[in-house]
Amino acid sequence: MAGRTTRKVAGDAPKYAPGSLLTIANVSLEEVSAILAETARLERMPHVERVQILAGRRVALLFYESSTRTRTSFELAAKSLGATTTLVSDKSSSIEKGESLKDTGLTLRALGAECIILRHPCSGAPFLLARMTGLPVLNAGDGMHEHPSQALLDLRTILTRLHGATGATGAITARADSLAGVTVAITGDILHSRVARSNALLLPRLGARVLLCGPEKLLPETALGLGSDQGEGVEIERDFDRALARAQVVMMLRIQKERLAGLELDLADYVARYQLSRERMAARADILVMHPGPMNRGVEIEGEVADGAQSAIEEQVRHGLAVRSALLVRALGAGRFESVTV
Amino acid sequence: MSDILILHGRVVDPASGVEAERDLLLRNGRVAVVEPPGALKGVEAAETIDATGMIVAPGFVDVHVHLREPGQTYKESIATGTAAAAAGGFTSVVAMPNTVPVNDSVTGLEWMLDASRGSVVKLFAMPAATMGSMGVELTDFSALHKAGAVGFTDDGKPVLEDDAMRAALSAAARLGVLVSQHAEDTRLTGGCSMNAGPVAFRLGLRGMTVEAEARIVERDIRLLREIEKAEGLRPHLHVQHVSTARAMEAIRAAKREGLHVTCEVAPHHFTLTDEAICDYDTHAKMNPPLRAEADRAAMVAGLMDGTGDCIATDHAPHAAHEKEQEFERAPNGITGLETALGLALRVLHRGQGMPIRRVVELMSANPARVVSLDGRGSLGVGSFADAVVFDPAAEWSFAAKESRSKSRNTPFDGTAMLGRVRATISEGRIVFRG
Repeated sequence: MAGRTTRKVAGDAPKYAPGSLLTIANVSLEEVSAILAETARLERMPHVERVQILAGRRVALLFYESSTRTRTSFELAAKSLGATTTLVSDKSSSIEKGESLKDTGLTLRALGAECIILRHPCSGAPFLLARMTGLPVLNAGDGMHEHPSQALLDLRTILTRLHGATGATGAITARADSLAGVTVAITGDILHSRVARSNALLLPRLGARVLLCGPEKLLPETALGLGSDQGEGVEIERDFDRALARAQVVMMLRIQKERLAGLELDLADYVARYQLSRERMAARADILVMHPGPMNRGVEIEGEVADGAQSAIEEQVRHGLAVRSALLVRALGAGRFESVTV
Repeated sequence: MSDILILHGRVVDPASGVEAERDLLLRNGRVAVVEPPGALKGVEAAETIDATGMIVAPGFVDVHVHLREPGQTYKESIATGTAAAAAGGFTSVVAMPNTVPVNDSVTGLEWMLDASRGSVVKLFAMPAATMGSMGVELTDFSALHKAGAVGFTDDGKPVLEDDAMRAALSAAARLGVLVSQHAEDTRLTGGCSMNAGPVAFRLGLRGMTVEAEARIVERDIRLLREIEKAEGLRPHLHVQHVSTARAMEAIRAAKREGLHVTCEVAPHHFTLTDEAICDYDTHAKMNPPLRAEADRAAMVAGLMDGTGDCIATDHAPHAAHEKEQEFERAPNGITGLETALGLALRVLHRGQGMPIRRVVELMSANPARVVSLDGRGSLGVGSFADAVVFDPAAEWSFAAKESRSKSRNTPFDGTAMLGRVRATISEGRIVFRG
């Protein structure tokens, strides 16, 4: 089956295999549109047809950190497309014996993996793996850096909720004005959040304004560096109520109690200032509530809000499965991505 | 050691104030004759170097190299590291003590300096300031000095505690040598792998603050002042690899105050910024890290105005498998001996208008003076016959695979260089021809 994936590249060999998703920053809006279009196409596709798309293809999931949503959705997505998957985790492999990321990647390649989905505690690890193996690598979360597939599924969630599916195909396109006039407040532990980084790098390119919200220790001024490529797309608003008053979408981030303690932040004070509570929601009954999970109910978000009518949290998970299907098809140069990568 | 004639070149020798066409005769490992063109007509020598269009300068002196021997010869050895030095025009190098084991004893120092190690150029060493570089108990400065130590440092780490640094500066002052400090408050840099700032935020990496460097520099300067006052000594602090504008400014002020402070700047710190890390290139990872553009500009300004005393490479070889790791896990350091001149001429001379004389001074006379190397860093008659002949106009690209070093960890593979070494002579022996 490997022969089917052989790709010819003119001129200099690229550093990274086409179809890799390492950072959202280098995915153009045209590519985002293509991914969203393929997502819609795959979603509507009958099962019998769908399982043919990656039939016989091999996908490895390499997870150095625990994960529920991301791992399961990638795995289910791959299987629904007919691919064979294998899961390698740090706790049940030679990684425990000190095998390097490079050697682990080369081993998976030798076993026939055509694409590696990597979650890793070190920022930038997917770049290393992609350079060392030459395989398409999908970044499923690296350290404090990025979670690009999350940004794509969040984008699809927002576009679907705000605009509904458009056109007969149900596909949504990503244009520079798709989110014009939309303000998204990302709130909480921005410093340690890969979800925040990927969203702050993506959403402003579609015209959204991103408000980063949190205390100084979880949101240093250097976060504005995320906006450098997008002009004024990103700003810091430390007052959560003011951020909520301006936003149409609010993304809450998980707060780890241990982390607050380490930074000498008081949990009760944090909850008072930054929790998305019923009281705060009362003033903004129309706002779209998002959370990448896992949630700490009662810390960054009240349970009733997470379960409420404005919550898109479960939709995010469903969009995750759909978007990750398209990312796998793209990584393996199948489906609508077959022609563009040859 | 046979005679060497170097004819038709332009001698740039800041220590003797010479910058003119001169012919040289090197004899018995010393500079024998330096005369205007033609004066050596008829003189026979075993080797004659035609230096037409070339600059003839004192062999360069690098006060900061890691040669990894003993203990880590898979990265580098004294023989390979000094071969790289010769290729870069260096004729004297000062080996740092963070070998395995740490160079903290007379036995270790003598072993390192022994001729059988195969050094290609003159090798000096700075042993550890504290036993095992643990920052607690001073090494035997007096005995080590007698055995050839040109200074003391715990490089790789700082001498962190006030009392230990005060004791080190005092003990070194009594011997008339320096303490060379790796200025990093390691209490502030745990888990950090690059410069703190917007780039670190974007990459999701923990950053070392300017504060972490400046605090140690400022503390050490305060100690100099206190020791001068309390003990009547004149301690000499040498600040290694300055990387921040704030530390450079503190050094500038201390010099104005009359304290004995010198400092070095590494080529990567005047050439690159933290943007060079790009997609987690571990070849752009070193400590101190690449900083912001304002800091890079301050390194250039410091070298221009005399605050920066010398260029030192901090040559730090690592094996490929060590750098082929996750960014946070890869070791700090890059090689630098073969790219120092090409970067200095390109960035400082061509880019900033620094006279070649000043570049030569920063790489020879000044570092020789910092570590008090008698007879080095000058082409004056009677000096050691340490010389470099380079083509100041040669444009070339550095190719890491052609390096003499055992390691290839450089961010400058394929980078444009200005000025190329054509010959290096160490104590009257030609040790490199390019």
